[in-house]
Amino acid sequence: MYAYDELDRTIINERVSEFRDQVKRRLSGELTEDEFKMLRLQNGVYLQLHAYMFRVAIPYGTLSSKQLRRLAHVARRYDRGYGHFTTRQNIQFNWIKLAELPDALSDLADVGIHAMQTSGNNTRNVTSDQWAGVAPDEIEDPRIWSELIRQYTTLHPEFSFLPRKFKFAITASAHDRAAIKVHDIGLRLHKNAEGETGFEVLVGGGLGRTPFIAKTIKPFVPGRDLLSYIEAILRVYNQYGRRDNIYKARIKILVHELGIEKFAQEVEDEWLQMRDSALTLDDEVVEDIRSRFSYPVYEKLPHMPEELKKAAHDPYFEAWRKNSVAPHKVTGYAIVTLSLKPVGGPPGDATADQMDAIADLADKYSFGEIRVGHEQNLALPHVARRDLPALWRELDKIGVATPNVNLVSDIIACPGLDYCSLANARSIPIAQELTRRFANHDTANLIGRLHVNISGCINACGHHHVGHIGILGVEKNGEEFYQITIGGRADENAVVGTLIGPAVPYGEVADVVEDIVEAYLALRARPDELFIDTVKRLGVEPFRERVYATR
Amino acid sequence: MPLVRNGKIAGDEFVHVADDAEIPGDGAILISSARFLADAETLSRRAGKTGVIWPNNRDVDDLVPYLDRLAAVALVFPIFRDGRAYSQARLLRERHSYKGELRATGQVLRDQFVFMLRAGFDTFEVRKESDAEAFAQTAKRYSVFYQPTGDGRLTALHRRMQQRHSESAGQ
Repeated sequence: MYAYDELDRTIINERVSEFRDQVKRRLSGELTEDEFKMLRLQNGVYLQLHAYMFRVAIPYGTLSSKQLRRLAHVARRYDRGYGHFTTRQNIQFNWIKLAELPDALSDLADVGIHAMQTSGNNTRNVTSDQWAGVAPDEIEDPRIWSELIRQYTTLHPEFSFLPRKFKFAITASAHDRAAIKVHDIGLRLHKNAEGETGFEVLVGGGLGRTPFIAKTIKPFVPGRDLLSYIEAILRVYNQYGRRDNIYKARIKILVHELGIEKFAQEVEDEWLQMRDSALTLDDEVVEDIRSRFSYPVYEKLPHMPEELKKAAHDPYFEAWRKNSVAPHKVTGYAIVTLSLKPVGGPPGDATADQMDAIADLADKYSFGEIRVGHEQNLALPHVARRDLPALWRELDKIGVATPNVNLVSDIIACPGLDYCSLANARSIPIAQELTRRFANHDTANLIGRLHVNISGCINACGHHHVGHIGILGVEKNGEEFYQITIGGRADENAVVGTLIGPAVPYGEVADVVEDIVEAYLALRARPDELFIDTVKRLGVEPFRERVYATR
Repeated sequence: MPLVRNGKIAGDEFVHVADDAEIPGDGAILISSARFLADAETLSRRAGKTGVIWPNNRDVDDLVPYLDRLAAVALVFPIFRDGRAYSQARLLRERHSYKGELRATGQVLRDQFVFMLRAGFDTFEVRKESDAEAFAQTAKRYSVFYQPTGDGRLTALHRRMQQRHSESAGQ
């Protein structure tokens, strides 16, 4: 956990007081809605279909139990008793009142949480691997650098009015759990031949209307130069990114139109002029940030304790353990994923009571720490393996032990037409129906790893392009239709999925997904050939045939 | 439109001269970049103060040869969410060491003052009277800054380092 110091606290308190004044001026009419819009967006406030929506940042997906309890408090006091975890390590509250927002922000600021730049055309919440600091294959904790970038991008005087939104993601593992290739800037931490820490910098990834996988702009930028290199990219983008058309304003379009070589040259020219500046991160500056991250003091524990051996006879426990428990870098400990995808429920939602209960369990079993992943699930990052059976029983009681992590019912979905004013079609009911269709755990397990992603419009908040099965809601003559893609993925081998054929109406989406899954089961070479690998081997054609043969 | 200069509401000594109007020999004037560049050598040497209104889609490099002879550069925010002039301002101040008046024009609202000050602006053509009156108060709104810019304010990272060093020196 990163501990705020007096300076961090001062900034967020000053921000709350500024926003309080802005809300006051809006309510008195001194600010027009047009003037206020940009200001509220920069504080995470959208106007949705029914009410204001409030998006709060959970930088690099790390929360303390105290912070999670405060989120529960906000849900209860200012909203309708629940919150929605998003694909970018944020939480959204859907029914907030404008006049109460400053108080909600102030309550959050007390525990070091803010909503700065969670929307608007600025640098957004910095996201990272939800297993940062505990993953066995990690080079070093990427959150140190995430926090440096969080501070650098917060209230930036030059880059708060960019052509369009701008998102960073960082990973420090070979297996990318942060989807860095679909971000405006993706950073892969690695070490060069001299053992120096640095970053492969990728640029121009993004989904939306025109999906692009990010390209490498520089294979190695030393850690000390990270901020100056980022500033060079942002300055080139701020000046030359398109502002004439919001659909062409993301950096991915600039990179695409210039070509990566030309864009890289522009950045290099800029960078060489300011590389040695106050942005240089001396070792002691990095160490200072590192020193404010606290780590648990682990016990020496066995890998296979008696409690676990005993529980292995319970098939329900085993079903959960196999899908929800991941190896930890310390022997005797595990990372536990909490599924926010119950059968029939909206993906990513948690009630205030669940949040409080999870905070208590984090205190009891995970050194008071909780993580939020881009798959819209939570995780307890430091659970002693001997505690797994007891923890499982408690998680099951509060409904977050559905044994479906990474399976077909572990669906990523945007809020869709049920909440969002941009949406063309509903997302949540599609997800709910799919979880019912695949509610049988044995079937889901037989299918294996399969990521279904649903977006209610072309803005792609549900990341449908990179779902193994992607579902995109569109509007056709006033009716909800859905385009289906397959073969997408968001990890280190990121690729955009391929459309299988004409869009299908709302009522047929779940049938189509079932057809695709049945086709896969019939086509896979071996039981352990994953869906995504079968699609890669055979292409979309056999799936298309199966789906459209009878339609 | 009220003008704020060096933190206070002030009268504007510069006269905006339209492209088709005659340029006076003396007196402080603000002219368009097109007019200026058409005869930059002569205009930058005229007796009165000369300032240029520089558009936000033109590289400031083109202005650099004349900077030390200009009394003012006015940068433009056509709408307040168009932030190109922040980069231009920092480049003029920090890379090209421009020392004259740097003026923010266009849709300039209270809520941008701190960013503009940090980017190097010292003069503001403010849209609303109430915003101009609130300038001094708004400029003090933040006391901690995460990013280094040319305005000399210490960043949080550097303050932490100073704190560390003074703590270790005191031991």
